[in-house]
Formats: sequence, structure tokens, C-alpha cells
Amino acid sequence: MSPTASSTRESGISTAVTEAAAHVERTPDAEIAGTSLWKSAWRRLLRNRLAVFGMVMIGLIVTASIVGPPIIRTTTGYTYDSIPAESSLVRSFPPLRAPDGSLSTAHPMGTDSSGRDILARVLLGGRISLMVGIIATLVSLVIGIAYGATAGYLGGHVDDVMMRIVDVLYAIPYMMVVIVLLALFGGQSAIGQLFLLFAALGAVSWLTMARIVRGQVISLKNREFVLAARAGGVSTRKIIQRHLIPNTIGPVIVYATLTVPSVMLQEAFLSFLGLGVQAPLASWGSLAADGIQNIAVFPWQLLFPGITMALTLVSLNFLGDGLRDALDPQTRKT
Amino acid sequence: MTAVTPLLSVRGLTTYFDLEEGVVKAVDGVSFDLERGKTLGIVGESGSGKSVTNLSILRLIPTPPGRIVSGQILFDGKDILTMSDDEIRTIRGRRIAMIFQDPMSSLNPFMRISRQLMEITQLHLGYGREQAHQHAVRMLETVGIPDPSTRVAGYPHEFSGGMRQRVMIAMALSCSPELLIADEPTTALDVTIQAQILELIKKLKEETGTSVILITHDLGVVAGMTDEIVVMYAGKVFERAPTTELFAKPGNPYTKGLLRSVPDPTSEQGRLYQIPGLPPDPAHLPPGCPFAPRCDYVQEICRQEFPPFVSLNERHQSLCHFAAEVYGGQPAGA
Repeated sequence: MSPTASSTRESGISTAVTEAAAHVERTPDAEIAGTSLWKSAWRRLLRNRLAVFGMVMIGLIVTASIVGPPIIRTTTGYTYDSIPAESSLVRSFPPLRAPDGSLSTAHPMGTDSSGRDILARVLLGGRISLMVGIIATLVSLVIGIAYGATAGYLGGHVDDVMMRIVDVLYAIPYMMVVIVLLALFGGQSAIGQLFLLFAALGAVSWLTMARIVRGQVISLKNREFVLAARAGGVSTRKIIQRHLIPNTIGPVIVYATLTVPSVMLQEAFLSFLGLGVQAPLASWGSLAADGIQNIAVFPWQLLFPGITMALTLVSLNFLGDGLRDALDPQTRKT
Repeated sequence: MTAVTPLLSVRGLTTYFDLEEGVVKAVDGVSFDLERGKTLGIVGESGSGKSVTNLSILRLIPTPPGRIVSGQILFDGKDILTMSDDEIRTIRGRRIAMIFQDPMSSLNPFMRISRQLMEITQLHLGYGREQAHQHAVRMLETVGIPDPSTRVAGYPHEFSGGMRQRVMIAMALSCSPELLIADEPTTALDVTIQAQILELIKKLKEETGTSVILITHDLGVVAGMTDEIVVMYAGKVFERAPTTELFAKPGNPYTKGLLRSVPDPTSEQGRLYQIPGLPPDPAHLPPGCPFAPRCDYVQEICRQEFPPFVSLNERHQSLCHFAAEVYGGQPAGA
């Protein structure tokens, strides 16, 4: 990262002033030649405190989900599905308590009704929830961008037909479809259920992406640089790939960042209904579903997965909003 | 006419736009020739069809709503209008290049200048990366960009309007095309830069022997640049003459009006002349001469009958019932 970015982060006193300064900074001189739009967007993003908070939190949660479970396994021996052999331990202990009631760090978040370590389960839940969110978003990116860009650039009847298909799919209450799919084909194996979940959520989340990309492409395709590329003999495919899609990337990134939490929420909803992730695997949604049954007696069973999930969703939304402001500075002017 | 086959010969070009309010005859039976190494000026008000004519030459008209109804565009003896899409793409950018009005939007904001310049030569000349890059630097140097080897890595937003137009010219000329079409290349620039850009086009034209079509609404621009001028109004050629003759002895009341509305700093006439009224709605043209409602010379016949295309001499034609009288030099009835 460039030294300017770190200096502007320190000076977060008056965003307006630093922003004005950043614009002055950008006057072209030989030394700065090559400053991409990305670099200035990155600088604007770093000046947004909520977005930075979001990035840091997401970084922490992702890292914890990845490296957490093996660390817990090696230090305490607990995994997400290790049920204690001794039957007196198969019950829910409060956070930071040993079975005899004394303080203990063995279970920082307590155990669930089967005596499993909640921390290990929350971290595993993080893996699965984030994976569902990210994979479904990637699916929506690939299908949505290709579909939307093609419809938008070709226009005319092709566009009409392609977008009417999207409209029809939109009109289907897809949550019902997903529920039916999961109810019909799910339940065989935990892993199979998981893949079905990825596919079902991915298949419905590209619709909005396709609309966004199409709208962008339509507004871009009449710009002169597209005409210039056509006048230069560049083929239609290359124009879409090289000239149009990179220019839609700003809104696409923003929308993708906001799709991740919405898909995670949908997954939580499905798991909450018992249609999503099956035990012993866990997602934040299924952990919350388990926890809510015992909320009066063992509130920590709901509290920890709930807080973690809320924090992740809020962070992703902060980041998404921050990215939108950073990539499109005009929208901030009131 | 001349015995040599012209580089470009447009015959009866007719381009319509099917809009909701009716068929707009944007270009209606336009014909002209351009010899190798010569410069042709196309002059007209906004909406006179000059840009559509030139987009038609490269088949860049957006279809729908536009369509080329009839005519021939013979480029080096081959009709562009009957070529396949692949064939036309080998001409675009390679043998005929275009530069556009607004240099601010004719470069892709997300691509480095180098990549945009390299795209054309890699595509048409089969250059490798290294060779294309060197060529890009050389082209920037040719068009007078200081420190080209550094600036080539820059992004369009780091260049001023005049510099961007230079980059556009570099891009257009990078495959040494036989014909350069400049569509109002200086309209979006301020006056001092205008002169520089025109001077640059002139210089490069002399060095490379490229033929040029210069489209403008500014008679001052074409005066020193062109060998021949075509004046367009309401999608039709109103007058065609060698530049010097057109300025000295215009054969059409419309041309006369245009010439009178050029500001002349040497005379202090106070008010600048303007042609009364507005150009006609191209979807609803009057049956007679389209200029009749605004013409100083208007007679009854002008409103009833479409005027003939009168040959005043071998190289000078005018679309007017009274072309001979106007050419003869009767004073305008001001």
C-alpha cells in the first residue's frame, strides 16, 4: 500500500478536507502517472471508518473460522461433533465454567445440550455460513455478469427475451422452490444437503446481478469509447469482455458484497426451519435454531452464534456501503 | 471528373431511422468522392446527417433503429455495404480509422492508454506485446505527447482534453490507415487546443498521405484544412465545391447564410448574422425544398417542388432552384 493511504488514514479528522486534498494530489505529473481508479477508490475506502471496521471484523472472523477449529482440536481436543463419553457431561454448561461450577477456559462459550463445545461449533458454523454466502455469490457473479452483459449489449429482441425470462424467474417465489427442492432431495447425507443448498441459493441469486449488469452495460454501450473500439475493428465478444465488463465492476463489487450477507441470511433462515445444514454439521442458522429451543435456560446457546452472525452481517453491509461510496464518489454528494 | 478511381466513393447513400414518431431520413441520397491524399470537409448544422453519413461508411449505425436503405460505398473499388461482418472488421481501424467528438469519453476509463493503443495493432497487425508497446510509445511521440514512455502507462483521467484527443489520433493512426474520418475532432476543445489539434492532423496527413474526411459545423475549421467541401442540410447534400470556390462563390443560399454567420473580427457590424428559424424536423420534411422556410431567396416553387441538383461547373454542384442566380452573385436579400 502506498504511503499516502496510511497518512490519510491517520488524519481522519475532517474527511471533507482530506478528500479535497486527495483531488488536488491527483493532478497528473510524471511521478503519479499510472494511478489507477482503484488506488484512489482504495484511498477513499480507507478513509471510511465503518468500512475499515467491517473489513477488519470480516478479516478476523474469516481467519478465526479457518484456523480456529484445528487450534481448538490440538489444544483442548474438542471438535464440533465430539460428544463427551461420560454421560454426566452430556448437558449444557455455561461459558467459562467447568462441570463442577468453577472457572475454566475449556469451553469459552459453554457447551450445547449434547455437551459439545459451542466455540468449535460456532467456528465451524462460520466456515459453512461464509462458504454458502461466498459460493452462492460467485455463482451469481458468473451467471449474472455473462447473462446481463450479453442481454444489455445485444439489445433488441435478444434483450427482451432474456430479460423476460429473468422476470418470470423473479416472479416465482424462489424460497418456496428452494424449500421444496431441499425437502424432496435433501436429507440423504449432510454433505449432499450442503451442496444442494449451494446450488439452490446460487441459482436464485444471479437474477438481480443480471439486471444490474444489464443496466450498466446499456448505459455504457452508447459511450464513445465503445464506438471507438467498434470503429477500431474490435469484435463484439472482445468489446463485452475488455471494454464493458471491467467498467461495470464497481456496482458489481458493491452488489456482490451485499449479496454475501443476504445469502447467508437466507441460509440461516432455511437452517432455522430445519431444511438447511443437518447436524452434526452446523451453520450459524442451525446453531441459532438449536439455541432458541433452550433460550430460557441456556441463553448462551443462542447468544454466541447470534452475535457472531450479526457482527458478520453488519460488517459486510458496512463494507458494501463503504465500497459503494469509494467506487462512486458522486453518490456521496448530498 | 477525374480519371483516377477515388479512394472512397459514396453513391446515393440513404440511411433511415425507424423511430416512434416516424421514419427519420437522416441521410437521403448523399454522394461524394474522395481522392487519395485529399481532404474532404463535411459541413452542416446539428442533425444535418453529417455524422450519420460517416458512421454509415463504417457500418457503425446502431441497428435497430437505424438502417442503411440503399446506396453504395465504394472503398478502393469494393462496396462496404455488401461486405460480411468479418470483412468490414478488417477494414475498421486498419484501413479506415475514426476519431470522435468527445475525447473525454472516447477512451476507456478502466484501461491504461498503453493497452488501448496496443489493442488495435495486436488485432490488425499481429504485433506481439513488446512490439505493440514500442509502437504505442512511438505513436504517442508522433502526436506530440511529452515523455511518452512514462505517459503510456497512464489512465485516461490523467490526461487533459487536448492530450486525450492526441491519444485518440495516435490510436486512429497506429495502423497507418488510408482514410481518417475525424468527426468534429475539435468541438469539445478550447480554441487554442483546437488549432493545435488541427495543425497536428494536417501535419500527419502530409507525412503519411492519409486521406481525411473532416466533419464539422465550423466553417472556420475547414477553410484552411480541406480541398473540397460538402455542405449538408436535412440529410441531403446542398452544395459540393472545391474549398476556395465555395468560399468565394457559393452557389446555394444556405451556404451563403453559413458564410455570413461566421464572425469576422475585421468588420464591426455589431450584430452577427444568423440564419432565421430552425432546421426542419427530419421526421416531417416539407414537400419542397427543406430550407425554404428559412431561405432569403424563397419563391413559390421552392415550397412546392424539390429542387434539382444543379451543376454550376465541373466540380461545383448545388441543390437549389436558383443555384445559377446565387452563383452569379446576386446580393442576398437581407
